[in-house]
Amino acid sequence: MTVATQNSYLTGAKGRNTRGLLRLVILCTIAAAAVSSRLFSVIRFESIIHEFDPWFNFRATKYLVANGFYDFWDWFDDRTWHPLGRVTGGTLYPGLMVTSGAIYHALKALTLPVDIRNICVLLAPAFSGLTAFATYLFTNEMSTTPSAGLLAAIFMGIAPGYISRSVAGSYDNEAIAIFLLVFTFYLWIKAIKLGSAFWGALCALFYGYMVSAWGGYVFITNLIPLHVFVLVCMGRFSSRVYVSYCTWYALGTLASMQIPFVGFLPIRSSEHMSALGVFGLLQLIGFVEFVRSGVPSKQFQTLLRGFVVLVFSVALGGLVLLTVSGVIAPWTGRFYSLWDTGYAKIHIPIIASVSEHQPTAWPAFFFDLNLLIWLFPAGVYLCFLKLSDEQVFVVVYSILASYFSGVMVRLMLTLTPIVCVTAAMVLSTILETYLSMKSPKSDAESVAAEAAAGKKFVPNKGGLRSMRNPLVGIYTVVSKSTVVGAMTLYLLVFVLHCTWVTSNAYSSPSVVLASKLPDGSQHIIDDYREAYQWLRQNTKEDAKVMAWWDYGYQIGGMADRPTLVDNNTWNNTHIATVGKAMSSSEEVSYPIMRQHEVDYVLVVFGGLLGYSGDDINKFLWMVRIAEGIWPEEVKERDFFTPRGEYKVDHEATDTMKNSLMYKMSYYNYNGLFPPGQAQDRVRGAKLPDVGPVLNSIEEAYTSENWIIRIYKVKDLDNVGREHGAAASFERGNKKKKAAKKRGPKVLRVE
Amino acid sequence: MAAKRNARDVTPSPPINKSGTSTPTTPAPAVKTVTSKSKDANLSAQEVAVAMWDNYVKATPQRTKLIDVFMAFLVVVGVLQFVYCVIVGNYPFNAFLSGFSATVGQFVLTASLRIQTNAENKAEFESISPERAFADYVFGSLILHFFCVNFIN
Repeated sequence: MTVATQNSYLTGAKGRNTRGLLRLVILCTIAAAAVSSRLFSVIRFESIIHEFDPWFNFRATKYLVANGFYDFWDWFDDRTWHPLGRVTGGTLYPGLMVTSGAIYHALKALTLPVDIRNICVLLAPAFSGLTAFATYLFTNEMSTTPSAGLLAAIFMGIAPGYISRSVAGSYDNEAIAIFLLVFTFYLWIKAIKLGSAFWGALCALFYGYMVSAWGGYVFITNLIPLHVFVLVCMGRFSSRVYVSYCTWYALGTLASMQIPFVGFLPIRSSEHMSALGVFGLLQLIGFVEFVRSGVPSKQFQTLLRGFVVLVFSVALGGLVLLTVSGVIAPWTGRFYSLWDTGYAKIHIPIIASVSEHQPTAWPAFFFDLNLLIWLFPAGVYLCFLKLSDEQVFVVVYSILASYFSGVMVRLMLTLTPIVCVTAAMVLSTILETYLSMKSPKSDAESVAAEAAAGKKFVPNKGGLRSMRNPLVGIYTVVSKSTVVGAMTLYLLVFVLHCTWVTSNAYSSPSVVLASKLPDGSQHIIDDYREAYQWLRQNTKEDAKVMAWWDYGYQIGGMADRPTLVDNNTWNNTHIATVGKAMSSSEEVSYPIMRQHEVDYVLVVFGGLLGYSGDDINKFLWMVRIAEGIWPEEVKERDFFTPRGEYKVDHEATDTMKNSLMYKMSYYNYNGLFPPGQAQDRVRGAKLPDVGPVLNSIEEAYTSENWIIRIYKVKDLDNVGREHGAAASFERGNKKKKAAKKRGPKVLRVE
Repeated sequence: MAAKRNARDVTPSPPINKSGTSTPTTPAPAVKTVTSKSKDANLSAQEVAVAMWDNYVKATPQRTKLIDVFMAFLVVVGVLQFVYCVIVGNYPFNAFLSGFSATVGQFVLTASLRIQTNAENKAEFESISPERAFADYVFGSLILHFFCVNFIN
């Protein structure tokens, strides 16, 4: 790639046609690179959907393709959240499904019938090519150098920060959302540069599409007003700003309200109030400017300025008042936890329990963005050097996005585009400075200048060259080639790094676990699909499966069975119910399971294989979430040893040993080992000799490597005994001596 | 029209302020200048408004006036809707919202058209001819009405 971009410089003098052709070829190559670097997992394994969330998107897409758009729009899904059901049409962002449904029908119309699964798997790579193109357009608006756009496009195409969410098979909302994000920003910059209502309207349309695709649209809703607000504060208000922003807001807000999931939120919730406030502010300023142009009196101007400040503060006060009195909804927990970073851990454990919601560590920045991360601040500095309207946008975006990506790992995704853009601007500036010197004229000039005055020449060039010049010495050809060579080397290393990271870190489907045998051949552990397939084939069509919410979507997607809870964590109490059933003793959890008509219980157990993401390791979150609702019945403290340790071996507390989760995980596990040597490979603990006993449920299926264990909930006892008593009777635990004593009896009531 | 109203709203307040603060503190000449100035402003408040109105009637092209009348009409419609909503209540909230935001959106789009076609703003919008501005206006309005009709159910 770098060679190609340099080529465009060398042939730059040859005229527009050649350059245009080169540009086209380079962009096509970039798109190809972006697509092909995302195909590792498809080639290595197979073309399947990867994580948890995409399984729901896939299922919804299948529903859309099978039943048509209108059915999809008001689809009541009775196979999730079992007693409650989910109004799916009103609780999802339909953009992703509708996009792939449209592609499916388009291909069908072109007589290329492709399976919907393949479209879903390959949607993200296809859109990453488009993202690269959108980044090219966006950067070209920012920078005057011809190469910055191309560099930004290739950065965006292969940067691991974006690849991590868009490999083939990750059919998630982010797959199309990042393209829409960058493209909306491109249209916005275009609108504000030209002051055109047309581009503003287009921006609003793509903003509406973005709203339909991803919940992260709030980022745009706050970034564009912030940009405008900063512009106003800098005294850069112009009628172009007015035209573009007002067109965008009026149309974009209406467009966003068309999505049922968003509904009246743009009017009612605090996240959208900045956009409304800036809209009102712009009306005032526009009006004041209008009046000022008519009346050129100094006194009048100050009065009007006072008037604007007054109205602004009154509006702000009114907003605060409305928020406090509850007319406008306050921040939702997810957004609030971005400001008060300790909030989620204390109040909403379910948000804190997701690993993506943790703060980002330093190595993650270097891992995801290699050389871009240290070019990023330099790029922001470059924007400060020539501060026009669009450069202000870059600065605002960089500051905001770098804060958010520091707070939450998954928001690294919104940082990546701007990092690519700014890094490309820096790099193209460097390359331009040092490559354009190759022409003999400027060479002679610089030599002459250095011979003559040495320092006189320096201020004419960019800041970086002036820093470099004294370091390198007199021979400018050497210095030039050194700098260019170093940069080329960095770029090549960047490509290597990206490919390595993509191949090793981000291209593994979580559905199948791959491991290497000693001879280097690949061994695939496919317990998930084995167990889900068993559920699909050997249970009733409407058998309810209870599992922790992580697996809800996969059970719904692969096993096609109704679940109690799933990854859409909209009802915390219901999840806490499942948590309570898992963390209580059998006597407590059996009635809960009966009440919810549970037929099967599924647990994930990694003790045999050393698979660390199993349910025993997630168990404390279940306890915490249940404790939030029933603090009297479930107590986290009871699951720790007196010394405060979380143990599963013989030191484990009684509450731990009696909990349903513990019993289900370790049931019959002793039988795999010689006596006294049962070992849990994840916790590294030696298990007690006598395994747990299950009374009210029975083992139905255990997968090959014991990763997934499925239990069937027993029916009520025929004679009406408790399950504990019945099982104990079965085992022959009758007392040898018939006890003559009468037990304390109670009066029969009926 | 709107301009005139606002000018009246704002100007009366300063003289009261100025006279209130000036009497106890400042020496005579300063007071005089201030009061005279404020009196000027006070006197001219009406005159300024009238002058502005005259200026507006004289200097504004016919087309811009037409646009302004339409904008005034939109303001009236929006205010009426809002008053009705305050009096009766907002039960079909989407209907109120779509009606109200149709007026607001149309007002804003018309204001954009007015700005873009204004001859004084030629420097700002060098790439947009009045015809282009009108086409943009039609495009924006079509989208706006599609969304409003869709949202009103």
